[in-house]
Amino acid sequence: MRRTWWIYLIGVLGLVAVAAPFAWMVLGSFKTQGELLRVPPTWWPEQPTGQNYADLFSKANFPRYFLNSTLVALAVTAGNLTFCSMIGYALAKLRFKGRNALFVLVMATLMIPGMVTFVPLFVLVTNAGMANSYPGLILPFLVSPFGVFLMRQFFSGLPDDLMDAGRVDGSSELGIFARIMLPLTRPALATLGILTFLGSWNNFLWPLVIAQTENMYTLPVALALYSKGQNAQNFGLLMAGAVVVVVPVLVMFLVFQRHVTKGIAITGIK
Amino acid sequence: MTDTGRPRRPRLDQQTATAWILVLPFAVLFLAFTAGPVLGSLGMSFTDMRQRDLRTPFAVNGVGFENYLKAFQDETFRKAAFNTAYFVVLGVPLTLVTALAAAVLLDRGVKRFQSLFKVGYYLPVVTSIVAIAVIWRFVLAPDSGLVNTVLGWVGIEGPNWLASETWAMPSLIAMAVWRNFGSAMIIFLAGLQGIPQTVEEAGQIDGAGSWQRFRYLILPLLRPTVLFTSVTTGIGYLQFFEEPFVMTQGGPLNSTISVSMYTYNQFGFGNYGLATSMAYILFVVIAVITFIQFRLLREK
Repeated sequence: MRRTWWIYLIGVLGLVAVAAPFAWMVLGSFKTQGELLRVPPTWWPEQPTGQNYADLFSKANFPRYFLNSTLVALAVTAGNLTFCSMIGYALAKLRFKGRNALFVLVMATLMIPGMVTFVPLFVLVTNAGMANSYPGLILPFLVSPFGVFLMRQFFSGLPDDLMDAGRVDGSSELGIFARIMLPLTRPALATLGILTFLGSWNNFLWPLVIAQTENMYTLPVALALYSKGQNAQNFGLLMAGAVVVVVPVLVMFLVFQRHVTKGIAITGIK
Repeated sequence: MTDTGRPRRPRLDQQTATAWILVLPFAVLFLAFTAGPVLGSLGMSFTDMRQRDLRTPFAVNGVGFENYLKAFQDETFRKAAFNTAYFVVLGVPLTLVTALAAAVLLDRGVKRFQSLFKVGYYLPVVTSIVAIAVIWRFVLAPDSGLVNTVLGWVGIEGPNWLASETWAMPSLIAMAVWRNFGSAMIIFLAGLQGIPQTVEEAGQIDGAGSWQRFRYLILPLLRPTVLFTSVTTGIGYLQFFEEPFVMTQGGPLNSTISVSMYTYNQFGFGNYGLATSMAYILFVVIAVITFIQFRLLREK
């Protein structure tokens, strides 16, 4: 019994260490500039102000960045759910020439850094007239090797008998995929959906290169550029901006956390 | 199955046709936006392509290995390579040890509220590195920051972390450990929970202490998990970019500039050929290190 309390104490101290920067962010976002610079710092805002959040609208265009991030993340998620489940099923359950080669090829790209592809991608997208546009932000991320891997793993675990039963009933191969097998992958789709959305929301390098005018910025791009430019010393604005970037994904994660951790365990162990 | 008398081949052909319908959209997107650019980047790294060639990417001159030579002779690139190695060599073990400690703590000690702790430790992983970096700039601020305030309680006067050539990099590493250990922890936890209770009990009967049981019974069984987490964490850390971009701009005096960030800078200067050669050097290093990790840590 005595052993457990200090284990919990360590655990709680760990939680405090993890949570402290987030708490610092939220508290800071309600402080005035003068209070943020005070030494020693204050903990609780002495005169809580909503000015920093108001500045997100007046000094910057955060609603627009929020909209951009949301639109891009939704489109990227929809694309991954559709296309990765299609090819994942083909790789797991259909026999066709080149199946293994295709799978190996896709997996080989799993560890390719984004740094390797972004320059030619930039040239391609610019010449296709899609620089600084939603298609330019979205199209390169509509499929991902990770999504293919996750969906293939999940489809592999479903019994072939279900497909045979569909064939006996006279379903077409596409019908078997769409009506019998796909609905059974709902847990995997949930995992892929949430992970893709989070990944897109936090994506930085590509939107940084391809969003050239302010109206196309996503939230991380806007936050990063504001933290360097004339607002670099406007701590309150940056804290409020960080809250806007972080809090939606934290809420989303807390709601769907079971899918996230399960997905990591599935793809991590197998 | 055979009572319809339907021959087997047409069904297979239908399977092939269906397979290609299902593969096609992926294949087009994959070729255009992944496979194509991977090869394009390799080709580009052997040319003198610059920003002015943006509209005429095929009207550039081949320069052989000149970009690669230029990269290796560039003092800043070598500094960036050193910094990246520093970040990885210190960051990966620290992240894995923290993750393993947290996983053991949760698996052995914390039975009640376990999922609360698990979710709590995992929280930073899902958040934007850019936002984290912005927050940590304030956490590490010299006088009004959280870290130095806490250090002040025990009488330590903390340095100006991000402005110090000595402390800037360790600060970025600490932040990376803080943000990422939750991810490896989840995988370690799944690995630990897959080890049967009887293994521990056998050790107990043989009179092994708890550290010995962990070191000689549990840890060897976690080998595949350690391999997986060290590979994924290593691949991620080799590419670190947002942290110096937001927190230090690579400074002070290039002490935190990473290969990724310097590559991005070269792209910004319009040196596309040089930038792609640097990216390919990074890519090759990642591939080689991943291969070595597999050789060293795979089951014997």
